[in-house]
Amino acid sequence: MRPVSYARVSDIDTAIATAREDRDSAFLAGGTTEVDLIRQNVLRPRLLVDINDLPLNRVEETPGGGLRIGALARMSDVAQVPAVRQRFPVISEALLLGASAQLRNMASIGGNLCQRVRCSYFRDAASPCNKRDPGSGCAARQGVNRGHAILGTSDRCIATHPSDVAVALTALDAVVHTRGPAGERAIAIDAFFLLPGDTPEREHPLEHGELITAIEVPAAPVACQSAYLKVRDRESYEFALVSVAAAAQVRDGVIGAVRLALGGVGTKPWRARRAEARLAGQPATREVFAAAAADELAPARPQPLNAFKVELAQRAIVRALTTVTDGGSS
Amino acid sequence: MTGAIGQAIPRVDGPAKVTGTARYSGEVPLPDLAYAEIVGAGIASGRVTAIGTAAAEQAAGVVAVLTRRSMPKVAAVPLLPSLLGGPAPGETFFPMQDDVVHYAGQPVAIVVADTLEQARHAATLVAVSYAEDPSVTTIGQGRPSAYEPGTLFGGLMPARTERGSAADGLAAADLQVAAGFRFAANHHNALEALTTIATWDGDQLTLHDSCQGIKAVQLTVAALLGLSPSKIRVLTEYVGGAFGSKAMVWPHVTLTALAAQHVRRPVKLALPRGQMFTSCGHREEQEQHIELGATRDGRLTAIRHHKISLTSPFDDWAEPAFGVASQLYGCPNFEGVHRLVRGNTMTPTFTRAPGEAAGVFSLECAMDELAGQLGIDPIELRRRNLTEVDPNTGYPWSSYGLPECLEAGAARIGWDRRDPRPRSERDGNWLIGTGMAAAAYPVAFFMHTQRARAHMYADGTAIVQTAAQEFGTGAPTVMTQVAADGLGIDPGNVRFEFGDTDLPTSGSPVGSNGAMMVSSAVHNAATALRDQLITLAVTDEQSPLHGAGPAQVMVAGGRMTVTGSGPAGRGPAGETYTDLMQRHFMNDAEATGSWDPPPPDTPHGLLTFGAQFARVAVDADLGLVRVRHLAGAFAPGRVLNPVTARSQLMGGMLWGMSQALLEGTRMDTRLGRWANASLGDYLVPVNADAPEVDVDLIEVEDTVTGPLGVKGVGEVGQVGVAAAIANAVHHATGFRPRELPISVEHLLAALPPEQATASAGAARAR
Repeated sequence: MRPVSYARVSDIDTAIATAREDRDSAFLAGGTTEVDLIRQNVLRPRLLVDINDLPLNRVEETPGGGLRIGALARMSDVAQVPAVRQRFPVISEALLLGASAQLRNMASIGGNLCQRVRCSYFRDAASPCNKRDPGSGCAARQGVNRGHAILGTSDRCIATHPSDVAVALTALDAVVHTRGPAGERAIAIDAFFLLPGDTPEREHPLEHGELITAIEVPAAPVACQSAYLKVRDRESYEFALVSVAAAAQVRDGVIGAVRLALGGVGTKPWRARRAEARLAGQPATREVFAAAAADELAPARPQPLNAFKVELAQRAIVRALTTVTDGGSS
Repeated sequence: MTGAIGQAIPRVDGPAKVTGTARYSGEVPLPDLAYAEIVGAGIASGRVTAIGTAAAEQAAGVVAVLTRRSMPKVAAVPLLPSLLGGPAPGETFFPMQDDVVHYAGQPVAIVVADTLEQARHAATLVAVSYAEDPSVTTIGQGRPSAYEPGTLFGGLMPARTERGSAADGLAAADLQVAAGFRFAANHHNALEALTTIATWDGDQLTLHDSCQGIKAVQLTVAALLGLSPSKIRVLTEYVGGAFGSKAMVWPHVTLTALAAQHVRRPVKLALPRGQMFTSCGHREEQEQHIELGATRDGRLTAIRHHKISLTSPFDDWAEPAFGVASQLYGCPNFEGVHRLVRGNTMTPTFTRAPGEAAGVFSLECAMDELAGQLGIDPIELRRRNLTEVDPNTGYPWSSYGLPECLEAGAARIGWDRRDPRPRSERDGNWLIGTGMAAAAYPVAFFMHTQRARAHMYADGTAIVQTAAQEFGTGAPTVMTQVAADGLGIDPGNVRFEFGDTDLPTSGSPVGSNGAMMVSSAVHNAATALRDQLITLAVTDEQSPLHGAGPAQVMVAGGRMTVTGSGPAGRGPAGETYTDLMQRHFMNDAEATGSWDPPPPDTPHGLLTFGAQFARVAVDADLGLVRVRHLAGAFAPGRVLNPVTARSQLMGGMLWGMSQALLEGTRMDTRLGRWANASLGDYLVPVNADAPEVDVDLIEVEDTVTGPLGVKGVGEVGQVGVAAAIANAVHHATGFRPRELPISVEHLLAALPPEQATASAGAARAR
């Protein structure tokens, strides 16, 4: 690995100021992805600003029944908070189905949102990759792309967003709170994750030196009936082929509030708004679920090796909706 | 007599391993150690036109940057399997001798620096320019130029196996089954990366090397460098897994020695994980096609089994697929043909039950299909075709046990409760199925004389030595047991020493033969020393054993006795080794022992047999296969230690599950290199995937395979597992997998969405 400088800071202002001193600086939280990528010569920061001492690790309930999750709260800790487990089971499940126990103990929730893609061409530090080396091309589009995205892709990039919990947070309209050189901002999570378009190197709107401070989850009664379904080749410690964060309320067999987001298929955590629109007010039946799922996947642009995800995602949506609606009605 | 052999003795090196004091090759502290990093070719085919080393040479801590210009020429050494005990390079090509690039990752430069981090960083600064040629990296790309080689394995194995006439046998059949199978390339991915430390003292070279055979390392490096083996000492006690990747001696070992010579310092090279995919071989991508012919009552009339696979530009290598597949069943007509495609990869190598894991998969999947078509129970179909002799030679098995294994495994899995109809059992969203396969693995007699030395002190404690290193199988434990019984002393009084080429020669424990060949030498050394001391006693007028026939003397607990000879009420006459040696003013005694295997054409069929059973759950909607229960029964001759034997077999079975469901290295044909060369992308099972595993050990008496009747337990554990799982998937779903690993997309394509079958509460995926 390249020689790298290291600074450990204990307050947010110093963190921002220290990072701003060097254009090639990066914040270091859990480091579970970042350190790997530095060792592999994919990320090349000159200065690491360690923010683990910042007072950002609390998980609080907000008035009205929402959550405010400190950016440095560890994945494993957030998953165990009673309010998360009871009122937002989809968040807890998504966290516990991610990574491994050891990684969850290290990884922060803010870092989770900022984690880099698992595309092997991005990570090999050698292949053409517009995300790592803008303008160099995309090896994945005609390469081994079984794990790649089918929604939100561009000619420049088809890498899948890897996070699980971000899918749950996207379904729940979370808000990312930041602080940077220009002060504080609140960014809707769907706007926090950028589609690759012509600039796949830009994954979120954070400025250099801008820090995530918290993730706010607004109150959502529908989230009590929620679940996270993760489909993958092996039983644990693998990124999703397809995942579904689903929440739904059913009254008298009719779907009321419904939230649906997909992982493993999009270049960003994929809010399934087309499906949501097709579901609301309709009978909670498998036929309705399947029609909504088909509608959501209609714009999919698969590659030869990941074409199966179009079908798999639809089946997973039906399964997840069936689960959160107690089996639906036949 | 009850001795240490067969006892469930915990690993003698267990405490050292779990406390971290067992020393592995990369952990040897040496003063002034420098670190090497290989720069691998970024293209798969072409030439190196220039190597810019200035930036790397100027980087902090860099000692040297070696290219082909600074690399001495090495001798050409033929490719022969390490089992033979001679030089065993993994491929006949040796890198950094010219500017030609044959495969991506091929070493083109080596950076040596003061620290590992400096070496790794400087390696990224080496600027290599290429003139790139089109590459062939898959069977599909090279299929038109496929050829049938004369031999495989450096001439050791025929590429074609035939008996009778498969065409006639198929024509005479009442029923035929034909099926084609595809197998992804596999990489071994041992936890410990291949690691070498090289130190020169004048013209003497010492190597610490993570390998499966220290003698093979010594002889290979000697041959390549034109040195006498007496100038090279290899010291390797512990190895962190190998699975075949360390059976052959790959170029990086010799490159490290040359780098150390160049910088005049000890040099360590530990391959980074990514380079483990381009430095130590792999199981080649392959396709197999099999045809079975049978009579209506289930007798096989013909097996035609063809394989095509990818090899390197320079070696005719394929894992031989038609050993066990030609021997399991008493079918009169067999035709097995290997065909090869030359491509831009390194030479493939032994990987976890090489050849047999894939060959038996095809055969046993086809047998399951045949059983279904005939309406005969799959176990019964096997029984009708079992053979008491090796059908290739007509020689009787040295020992058998397959019928007993089938019975034991069937009982474990509850076969008698199985409804043979596909899709007959369901658990919520999961379809449940059970499948089975027969298994076997060769006992090969290619190795040369095996030697060991036993040394006893007058206090009755012993040191027993042989060269072969431990690579996770439990060799030091079972050899301690064998030595203790041979000497007639307690295992606690034996210290087993190993892992040094200066010790008596034992070969590479590869092909599941370590327990057989090393235990035979250790046994013979220990009993030679015992007999020497018995002879001294019975010829010593002062000994209570004087005059007894040596064959009547028993030794246990360090005491020699002749049964029934003692004065009334005082037990048998006898004395201890200590009594004897002290009386003779002997401080110690020593003997060597050796064992020569029977010739390869010994008149016996030589296989270790087993049977595999699997119970799987398939979520047909989501395309998921999860294994719930594996039951294997094996007949490995004599079991030296049921704990270590079970552990090895269980590991083999889990690797079989891994082959069935997870493992595959994917080639990017445009870039000409593996696209998933990391443990994040190359999937192996995690604990959550591991099902309930039953291992039954069925001891069979074998008088051919050495003085103790030991066969082997390593790789037979993997053979047949993938077929049992595939057959269970068929039983669960009605879908027959044709490709490994069995993947979500195969099941989705074959199985329509389930309609309204999920019930509330059971809907959530496990």
